[in-house]
Amino acid sequence: MTSTTTQGEGPTRFVRVGRHPTTVVSVTVVLLLAAVFAVGGKDNGLVTQSIVTGLLLGGVYALVSIGLTLIFGVLGVVNFAQGSMLTMSMYVVYALVSGPGLPVYLATLLAIPVMFAFGMFVQHFLLNRLTSTGSHEGPLLVTLGLQLLIANVLLMIFSGRPKSVGTPFDGSFEMLGAIASYSRVIAFAGAVLVGIALTLVLRRTSLGLSIRAVAANAQGAALVGVNVRRVYALTFGIGAASVAVAGGLMTPFTSLTPSVGEQFTILAFVIVVLGGLGSVLGATIGGLVIGLVQTVGALYLPGTGSLILVFAVFVMVLFLRPQGLYGAK
Amino acid sequence: MTDTTARPAAAHELPAADDPRLKDTWARRQLLVLVAGVAVLSTLPLFLGEQAQSVAIRTLIFAIMAVGWNLMSGFGGMFSFGHAAFFGIGAYTGAYLLVDHGISPWISMVVAAVLSAAVGVAIAYLCLRYKLAGSYFALATFAFAQMFLLIVQNVDALHKTEGFNVEILPSDSWSMLQFQQGDPLYFWIPLAILAAAVLVSILYVRSRAGQYAQAVRDDEVAASSLGINTMRARLIAVALSCGVTAVAGVYYTQYYFFVGPEQAFGSAVSVEAIVPAVIGGIGTIWGPVIGAMVVGPLSELVATVLRNPPGFLSFLQGTSGLDVAVYATLLIVIVIVMPKGIFGTIRDRWRS
Repeated sequence: MTSTTTQGEGPTRFVRVGRHPTTVVSVTVVLLLAAVFAVGGKDNGLVTQSIVTGLLLGGVYALVSIGLTLIFGVLGVVNFAQGSMLTMSMYVVYALVSGPGLPVYLATLLAIPVMFAFGMFVQHFLLNRLTSTGSHEGPLLVTLGLQLLIANVLLMIFSGRPKSVGTPFDGSFEMLGAIASYSRVIAFAGAVLVGIALTLVLRRTSLGLSIRAVAANAQGAALVGVNVRRVYALTFGIGAASVAVAGGLMTPFTSLTPSVGEQFTILAFVIVVLGGLGSVLGATIGGLVIGLVQTVGALYLPGTGSLILVFAVFVMVLFLRPQGLYGAK
Repeated sequence: MTDTTARPAAAHELPAADDPRLKDTWARRQLLVLVAGVAVLSTLPLFLGEQAQSVAIRTLIFAIMAVGWNLMSGFGGMFSFGHAAFFGIGAYTGAYLLVDHGISPWISMVVAAVLSAAVGVAIAYLCLRYKLAGSYFALATFAFAQMFLLIVQNVDALHKTEGFNVEILPSDSWSMLQFQQGDPLYFWIPLAILAAAVLVSILYVRSRAGQYAQAVRDDEVAASSLGINTMRARLIAVALSCGVTAVAGVYYTQYYFFVGPEQAFGSAVSVEAIVPAVIGGIGTIWGPVIGAMVVGPLSELVATVLRNPPGFLSFLQGTSGLDVAVYATLLIVIVIVMPKGIFGTIRDRWRS
């Protein structure tokens, strides 16, 4: 696969995060945050609030990225439709809530199989032929077309007017001197749960074993009897299903428009590359880090300025450690 | 080799070096097609109304971008997902020099092309230096384009999110590239730019630098073992590509009298550079042009159909988004069914 051959080649290995990336990352983050508190010149309450907001936002990012890290890591497909699939699952939830009047979190559970089937469909009918030829442009272009298609079909069905979905757990509470809304905390908890569940699937089940085998070497896996095409389709399905969880949990605090998910596509790629391809833990940690960079950075660079920092982090990671924090060398 | 030296008698049966059948007429044929194509297209303003002419001009701008993109991504093999960066540099250089300094857009075209080529070379050098290939290269270029978008949105000198408005002059002016609304010159000038861009592609593909770049694209190790400076060959392709794309940007600002961050650096612009080339045929001279001619009028066509839809499509009346949905479906179908694009597929059929 093209994506795996670029990892760790040439002069890219000189940044050593060592054997304990989690420790290194958390120490760095804590030190940087301490520096912001000590010499940042901002009100402490404001900093605490932005840290809490950043972590909660990071949870959402992590949820979106967990699905993508599997798709990118196992299939080597740059899935530009990830953000649109997020939008699509939000609209599925919206349709279930506004139509039959289901509660939003039940609708999320129902959206999971829908998106799983959609993901399998996309991989099986649109991408399989292209991924097996090993071209990286073909799948990228198809998912790009898919992104445009999903966004515009949603626009045709639901029109561009913003929609919103109510939540049974309205309101917010105080946590460590900062304010957090219930729905965002639930989304954060959902990210952690999905992360744990997927890690268990990947580590403990035979499906997980075959997914990891295909990611490591598709040809080798095929030789020992793994049905590679089936694994590809299932992986894409799982990736889409975890996006469905993300979409459902985000719906209560998001204003729905057909293009709402697009901003998440590139952020998810930043997070996936930062965390390391195919690493669920990496995507979770990466999501939290990027969330923090965005909100704490916003203290100094208002508006969209903090996103510049996010992309600067991305470019640094691409150049200096393209295998990411948790990527196998 | 040994065969011919052993039996020199056979040599006279081989065609001589100046045999007309051995002459490489490829470049000459391409140039003939170019001249004929420009001659035919330049009569278009005589038939088109004002509305149709604006569609045609937008198509020409797409085509210039796609030809530029194709130089780097088609012949150079470096898939750029961030050509908005170079289009945007062109559009903003033109706008900034004209609005804030009153400099003629003709000069801006040169300045923008040089600036954009320099930026492109710097980005590509970093990406290649750190061995980013395939998807990673595409993602890195995308990230740079997004960074430029965000920077422009946050810099006061570039008017943040408001963009630039070009002042409309009271009379026609060649030096300021402004004419009466609907003047055919607005069509002929981008047509000339497009012709120049295609000419650059034709000459580049047959030049030593272009041959090197294609060799590196096909097999980097083999090319470098033959003594080709792979980095240099690739950077030349990038510089040409970014320069051509920037000129399209300058013209965009001139024609629409306005440019904002999203019109210049938005990710949609990168897509507009890629899609015509993919639909027409990546890595061919005529693919991007043909692709633009298919994609450019598409949204207008869909809008016309929707105004008076045939019976079975009447449920679509009044919805928006169908044009892009059609465009997206076309992209997906072409990539899966004809990976070489319209022109590439037809050419292969013709040859075999």
